Amino acid sequence: MSIRKTLSTAARVMNELRHDPRTIALMLLVPCVLLIVLRYVFNDNQLIFDQIGPMTLGLFPLILMFIVTSIVTLRERKTGTLDRLMTMPLSKLDIVFGYALAFTAIATLQACLAALTILGLLGVTVLSGTMPVLLAAVAAAFLGTTLGLFVSAFANSEFQAVQFMPAIIFPQLLTCGLFAPREHMAKALQWFADVMPLTYSVDAMKQATTHATWTSTTTRDLLVVFGCGVVALVLGSVTIRRQEK
Amino acid sequence: MSEPAIQIKQASVVLGGHYPALTDVTVDLPGGKVVGFIGPSGAGKTTLIRSIVGRQRLHGGSITIFGLPAGSPKLRQQLSYMTQEVSAYADLTVTENLRYFATMFGIPRKDAKRTIEQILQTVDLSPHAKQLVGKLSGGQKQRVSLAIALIGYPKLMVLDEPTVGLDPVLREQLWKLFRRLAAGGTTLVISSHVMDEAERCDDLLLIRDGKLLAHGSPRTLCEQTGTKSVEQSFLKLVGEKL
Repeated sequence: MSIRKTLSTAARVMNELRHDPRTIALMLLVPCVLLIVLRYVFNDNQLIFDQIGPMTLGLFPLILMFIVTSIVTLRERKTGTLDRLMTMPLSKLDIVFGYALAFTAIATLQACLAALTILGLLGVTVLSGTMPVLLAAVAAAFLGTTLGLFVSAFANSEFQAVQFMPAIIFPQLLTCGLFAPREHMAKALQWFADVMPLTYSVDAMKQATTHATWTSTTTRDLLVVFGCGVVALVLGSVTIRRQEK
Repeated sequence: MSEPAIQIKQASVVLGGHYPALTDVTVDLPGGKVVGFIGPSGAGKTTLIRSIVGRQRLHGGSITIFGLPAGSPKLRQQLSYMTQEVSAYADLTVTENLRYFATMFGIPRKDAKRTIEQILQTVDLSPHAKQLVGKLSGGQKQRVSLAIALIGYPKLMVLDEPTVGLDPVLREQLWKLFRRLAAGGTTLVISSHVMDEAERCDDLLLIRDGKLLAHGSPRTLCEQTGTKSVEQSFLKLVGEKL
């Protein structure tokens, strides 16, 4: 692995996006607009939004990053550029880390804008302050990026890649505790939620909203989310084959 | 003749567990020559090419390049691969594409700029250096793809249909380039399904249904089959097997 090649890959991915301003605008603005819409869904009930709003802050980056990464990586696999790279003197990790770096950077920007919207514009207060919320949002986006990278290996077309979003993300979304408290769910679903990373991502956000101090649960949640991201990244690099069977 | 650059021994590839894409191909390819893989589309040319550059695992036999087994890490410094489809990033400019691949190939930063300028001149793309690849015409995209394969001028260049869809003037220019590279010691493997390109190669492999039909210089092939062109000898060879 080489730092120069990894950074160069990250710069290349950023450059590709730079030449595609519409995608950038969608990535950065859609979460903010959705948050605003959500605020007025709970029009008369600011209190409920105060609770739910911050919890969704990690979801939008995760979902968007998942879709974008799985499509971009699939494109790389399909257009022959990966064929070319795999015959060159570089490590697969240069590519995978390059991607993760670029998308996490964009996700951080996205998370900041979304946090600004919800904490500034919409006047939601979180007990912990901004930092834990941002960290949790970045962790969620990182997880989305790495999961997208990993599942792109199992898609043969953009159609399939997009379908992975409902297939992989939605079950986690339904059981993560956002729609109903986890302790009220069927036992089997509780077990499922216990081993799914999204649960911890949403929980980290919940901790930040409801605790004035950094809790050990926050630390655990963030470690789980980042850890799962790293595992998905390593698995993602394994699914890129030097040599096809 | 010196030691062959590429030695292929009973190479076989079965795709998807049942489709024999390459069957028992055995041939020695000379270095410093333009070697043409000729055959109809679906004949197995790309599979053989992918096996040589190390992207496709063999299910039987072996391929040795410059004394190393195909796919070995050391070979990655010594070969380049131009895929059949345009393998460049559509959302990057021509220069950005070349700069990225130059870095990945390991060209030192201080040499990259000059190398890229020189390659752009060679493939006649200098005026389009700052354009996005996605916005270029088909022939221009093709040349970007070729330009990337020229980075570092490795000892072996494997080009899958490099001249398809190019106008005659440009094709002539590129063939001059190929000849010049070969004269300088580069081994070029070029595939084509256009028979008139075959006449320009030093050495030819006629491939059909994953099998090697014949191997030799265009002249030898014509003499052996008693025909006047590679196309005729190909048809004659196919006819004999039918």
